[in-house]
Amino acid sequence: MAIGLHDSPFKNPVIRWVDQRLPVFTMMQKEYGTFPTPRNFNYFWNFGALAMINLLIMIATGVFLSMHYTAHTAYAFDSVERIMRDVNYGWLIRYVHMNGASMFFIVVYIHIWRGLYYGSYKAPRELLWMLGVVIFLLMMATAFMGYVLPWGQMSFWGATVITNLFSAIPLVGHDIVIWLWGGFSVDNPTLNRFFSLHYLLPFVIVGVVFLHVAALHITGSNNPLGIEPKGPQDTLPFHPYYTIKDSVGMVAYFAVFAFLVFFMPNYLGHPDNYIPANPLSTPAHIVPEWYFLPFYAILRAVPDKLGGVVLMFGSIAILFVLPWLDTSKVRSMRFRPIARIFLLLWTINFFVLMWVGAKPAEGHYVLIAQIATVIYFAYFLVVLPALGRLEKPLPLPESIARAVLGPNATLGGGPVPGAVAAKPMDKA
Amino acid sequence: MRVIRSLALAASLLAAGPALAAGSAPTPPDARFGFAGLFGTFDRGALQRGFQVYKEVCAACHAMRQLSYRNLLEIGLSEAQVREIAAQFQVTDGPNDEGQMFERPARLSDRFRRPFPNEQAARAANNGAYPPDLSVIVKARPDGANYIAALLTGYVDPPPGVEVMEGMHYNAWFPGHQIAMPNILNPDGVEYADGTPATVEQQARDVTTFLAWAAEPELEQRRRMGVQVLIFLAILGGLVYATKRKVWADVKH
Repeated sequence: MAIGLHDSPFKNPVIRWVDQRLPVFTMMQKEYGTFPTPRNFNYFWNFGALAMINLLIMIATGVFLSMHYTAHTAYAFDSVERIMRDVNYGWLIRYVHMNGASMFFIVVYIHIWRGLYYGSYKAPRELLWMLGVVIFLLMMATAFMGYVLPWGQMSFWGATVITNLFSAIPLVGHDIVIWLWGGFSVDNPTLNRFFSLHYLLPFVIVGVVFLHVAALHITGSNNPLGIEPKGPQDTLPFHPYYTIKDSVGMVAYFAVFAFLVFFMPNYLGHPDNYIPANPLSTPAHIVPEWYFLPFYAILRAVPDKLGGVVLMFGSIAILFVLPWLDTSKVRSMRFRPIARIFLLLWTINFFVLMWVGAKPAEGHYVLIAQIATVIYFAYFLVVLPALGRLEKPLPLPESIARAVLGPNATLGGGPVPGAVAAKPMDKA
Repeated sequence: MRVIRSLALAASLLAAGPALAAGSAPTPPDARFGFAGLFGTFDRGALQRGFQVYKEVCAACHAMRQLSYRNLLEIGLSEAQVREIAAQFQVTDGPNDEGQMFERPARLSDRFRRPFPNEQAARAANNGAYPPDLSVIVKARPDGANYIAALLTGYVDPPPGVEVMEGMHYNAWFPGHQIAMPNILNPDGVEYADGTPATVEQQARDVTTFLAWAAEPELEQRRRMGVQVLIFLAILGGLVYATKRKVWADVKH
């Protein structure tokens, strides 16, 4: 590339002056203005943008909470209550942050499920998918450490149970746990480092989200048909078509979010976390937050501690190799009549795991958790590899435009998608 | 080792807890509190009566460390009334210019005075049991308001064959049924200034209302704001959806 000022298309002298030296406006125009996007997205494609908004909400509310929070075992609980009572709109900031975590997982679970259903993880989007799994892992670590900060009973005992998982590592496990704690039990050093990491990790997530989006803009988005756009008749510019469609989803998302925050802010939490942490009194029933329940169920399904830990981490690690486990060339489940049934069963099974994760690990619940764990893994390790060979997919449409506009539409004629696509550029 | 033992304990409690809870702590009945519904608010009269019950009965053992006397302005008491209430309590302040701590009447800005200086003193005075802080008790129990209202009126004779331990009391709604707290509410145990008959049920309802407010003093403001936000989002949603239809009108998709 030649050295020198960027050849900016903008007329406004200030924008032009900046854009010539640092072409951020050109970049935004390319990546979010005219960016060619498949014309057939359904509302499942809102959830990436919603996750981005949710991340920003979490960071914004978190920054303000940290101004009033005290990371000390003797003051943490009271400092949270002070936020709830004495800080101006502190209750609002905290309830948004608290329920924002739940909303984040709801949004990301739907986003991941969208990827599973429409085969968004397949070539050439494998790395895009894997970066997404990294984000998911970072989110889980961040959410777990955030839940410890109010220093209630579930904070303390959840932290004790989860950090103790590392003691299952042979030989060095016990030393690792002491190293994680910064002492011989979950205590003030643990709380301090969790607060530090809880503030750090969201910015790491921002970094990986940037890579996730950058990779997306290389391969372009998948779409409900799972076939690649073949030309301009198959796509629309991102703006205004998808900025406005994402806005519709965003308002719906805010409505659900607001209902939780304003009318049932503690519904998804556990009452025990309003009891100050007490190392001498174990709660009757230690449960993680709802979004960890499926993985908690897998952990407890195995009678052996190390085995449980391996399977729990394996249940997420397996997503990294999913692009290679699924041997079918067809992306969208719309054209995979058998795989689709198995994915729906797997989805129901995920909710079974979530339900059984909240139950005590005893009696028939253990058996249910074990069966559900086998089903969880079987989908990835048996069903998907086998179906790629055994299943006869339905015929794929010739192109997105052909599928959308009907078999009689002549490409380039009729509604002239190209002309429609040009409209926003005329305005610019 | 200690960790493993505590984990084993945790695991065994984990297994036993819910069975215990499911078997012996039935769901409390719906007390139909005015603040319970989605748009409910606190009855100011009940709040003031409830505070009186807390002050004259519960406060002998239970602290409410998150509350200050100034918070009582929110339950409809005047500033003069709250100043007068605060002044009934002596709190420790200092050190003064001589380096001595001293006692003075409480002011609006002081926290509710705690009945015991620390947990050990509280246990020593209560047969080894620790009366929990009541600031957020309604949020700290499942179905908190209904549970506490039921608990306070739930002292009954133990069923035949049930041995109540020394210093414990049988309660129909407490998990495990054996509670250290005695049946503390008596008919006309308090004398309400507004003339409301002080039955045990009335006192239980009033103090539960007060405790629910203490746990969620923002509740009314929160719900009011929630209605405004949802109305705003409904209008915005309509406009955005109409815009979306307009933008997409000439595109087949």
